[in-house]
Amino acid sequence: MVDTTTVLAGQTIAYTCYVLTIMAGMGWFAYQISKKGGTEVKSGLFYAFVGLLVVIGVSLHIITHETIPWKAMDLNRAEIQPDKEFAITVSDHKFILPAEKLVIRKGEKARFTVTSNDLTYGFGLFRADNSMLFQMQVLPGHVNDILWQFDRPGLYSIRSTEYSGWKGINMIVRDAVEVVE
Amino acid sequence: MNLIQTLVNGEKGLFKPDTLTPMQKMTLRFVVVGLVYYLFAVIEGMLMRVYEVTPLPFVTQQQFFAILTAHPLVGIFGSTYSIVFGAFLFLVPFLMKKPLFSIKLGLWTFWLIAIGTFVFWFAGFVSHYSPLYTLYWPLPADFSQFSALGGAFFILGIALVMAGTLLWVINIFATITYTPAGWEKQPSGALIKSALGLTGLKNLLSKKKKEHLVSLPVAAIARGTVDTALNAVVLTFTGVLILIYMVAALLGIDLKHSAIDALLYKNWFWWGLDLIADGLVLIFVAGTWYLLATMITGKKLFMENIARAALFVEMVVSWTVWSHHLMSDQAQPGILKILSGEMVTAFELITQGLAFAITLITLWSARPLKMTNPLKFLLGGLLGFALAVPAGIMQADLGLNRILHNTQWVVGPHVHVAILVGLAMTLYSAIYLLLPVLTNGAQLYSQKLADFHFWAHLLGGIGMGAFMGMAGLHGMLRRTLYVNGEFNVYMILAALCGLLLLSAFLAFFINVVMTVGVKGVIGIFMPAKIKTQELTPAEK
Repeated sequence: MVDTTTVLAGQTIAYTCYVLTIMAGMGWFAYQISKKGGTEVKSGLFYAFVGLLVVIGVSLHIITHETIPWKAMDLNRAEIQPDKEFAITVSDHKFILPAEKLVIRKGEKARFTVTSNDLTYGFGLFRADNSMLFQMQVLPGHVNDILWQFDRPGLYSIRSTEYSGWKGINMIVRDAVEVVE
Repeated sequence: MNLIQTLVNGEKGLFKPDTLTPMQKMTLRFVVVGLVYYLFAVIEGMLMRVYEVTPLPFVTQQQFFAILTAHPLVGIFGSTYSIVFGAFLFLVPFLMKKPLFSIKLGLWTFWLIAIGTFVFWFAGFVSHYSPLYTLYWPLPADFSQFSALGGAFFILGIALVMAGTLLWVINIFATITYTPAGWEKQPSGALIKSALGLTGLKNLLSKKKKEHLVSLPVAAIARGTVDTALNAVVLTFTGVLILIYMVAALLGIDLKHSAIDALLYKNWFWWGLDLIADGLVLIFVAGTWYLLATMITGKKLFMENIARAALFVEMVVSWTVWSHHLMSDQAQPGILKILSGEMVTAFELITQGLAFAITLITLWSARPLKMTNPLKFLLGGLLGFALAVPAGIMQADLGLNRILHNTQWVVGPHVHVAILVGLAMTLYSAIYLLLPVLTNGAQLYSQKLADFHFWAHLLGGIGMGAFMGMAGLHGMLRRTLYVNGEFNVYMILAALCGLLLLSAFLAFFINVVMTVGVKGVIGIFMPAKIKTQELTPAEK
């Protein structure tokens, strides 16, 4: 499976290119607007721009659906049988794990079902360098589950990704998930 | 005039508050209070920027989150609502060439928003009530962390703002439809249909085209006002719900949190809250761009009918777009995530892109244009939304949301660039443009300060958003604290950009004070000496 860092690197490159282009374009426009010159803009150009916006708006989601593997997996997760299941409870700003360390073999699909007994929390896995692998919201009174395929060894910390009051900022369980060969 | 004389009397003593009409005074009061609350929000923002680098000894963690709760609310309600409401109370009658329905109602709005904002800010400051603006259930009613009494005052402040907002909505629609004394009877039904876009919709389906009775900027204001009203209703209802829990707690009764379904509540609240972010802000901004472009160029708007249709689509989109805030909520139905979250949200790229293109082409049609303050700030505002809207579309994707939700990406390149660069620079453009009209010809104190204001604000806003975004892409969450300096490189750079934003505002503030003088600022808040319903004094 494509790693989240690869997807984020792609996003960084695409958005940076866009930002530089639009800033250069606006700079050019600001320079030209105070100069004498042609003022006519053909309606065809305008409609082409509208068409481009439609194509970009629709194609973004189609492209990500085809290239980001966890997107389709998330939508179909009810039909997918995981290799590992972990039931986690959150209560009074604390994660209660089924074991001290959640061990997953490389290549396995694991389902994390997180239940909140009181507030709205978040549930995310983070690498040692604090970058995020994935996250979801955890609402009380609802089933909050996420399916993820781990295709490389690693050690991850669990962290609440949603604000649950000032008591919640230390909701971190270091090195709680280990993916082994 | 020396510096002290200018500070007291304003640039060349040109601003004379005694010559202002009641309408001008009311509008200027909204602007002054809006700018003061903007200063509040900038200082709060700067405190948090520094705190993200190193904890400040005089700010506790509870206080930090109270600031984080108040900061966006002061910015949106205290500052933006004040400036926008004041400007539109002036512009709707100005564009419709008729008096405002009620100045008294306008003044009620002014006081309710000014006092309401202070009440919720002060309640948060004293009690550290900090459920953040999202109020995810049952956090606002978690009295093991927050004071019920402090929370009750906080909600009271918000309620005052909402009451002022609803009075403003009445005033705007009444102004569009009413018949002033001595006037020929106005076609109120046809006016409201034209303002809301129903006439335009009928024209699309009928061969017999009807004339638009209201101008495009008024139509934009009316459509944004629909979202403002719906938002006020949702926030008021939610506030009452939370208040019930607070009052019960104060009376010693422990109401069960599970009586409210957290997901249903989140859907309801985000439906209403998003009417600001993805509704009235985008519609009001598009309308303001059109108005500014036509006023700056003196030309008709390019593709006006398309612009009207896009405003109507934007209003409908704003009612159906909320689910992009719940893409990481696994209990949210997948169909809502795809239709509302991804597809409808993508329409915002189209509607806002249309407004962007129409405004630029209208400006282009009048070249060569002098690079005035209103024009350059308008271009800055356009750039801000051109950067922020695609950033939002990216995070409203099911695949990307899984790794972007609640990171600094959301609040940096999307939220802060949209608000600080897109919205604020559009408002500055309007302020620079309307300043001579509202002050009967006061002259700006310093063009150098205005230039510094522009560049420092533009670079500070984009820079801060960019460095927050970089931190977000590396996993930094928003709404939390990193106490071991994990993201200090990005946070130091973001804080420096924040400092640039603060400097920009101080330059603008000094420029405005020196333009109208301290006597002038005081005079704005004194009762008007001219008794008239007219917007500006009659020509002698």
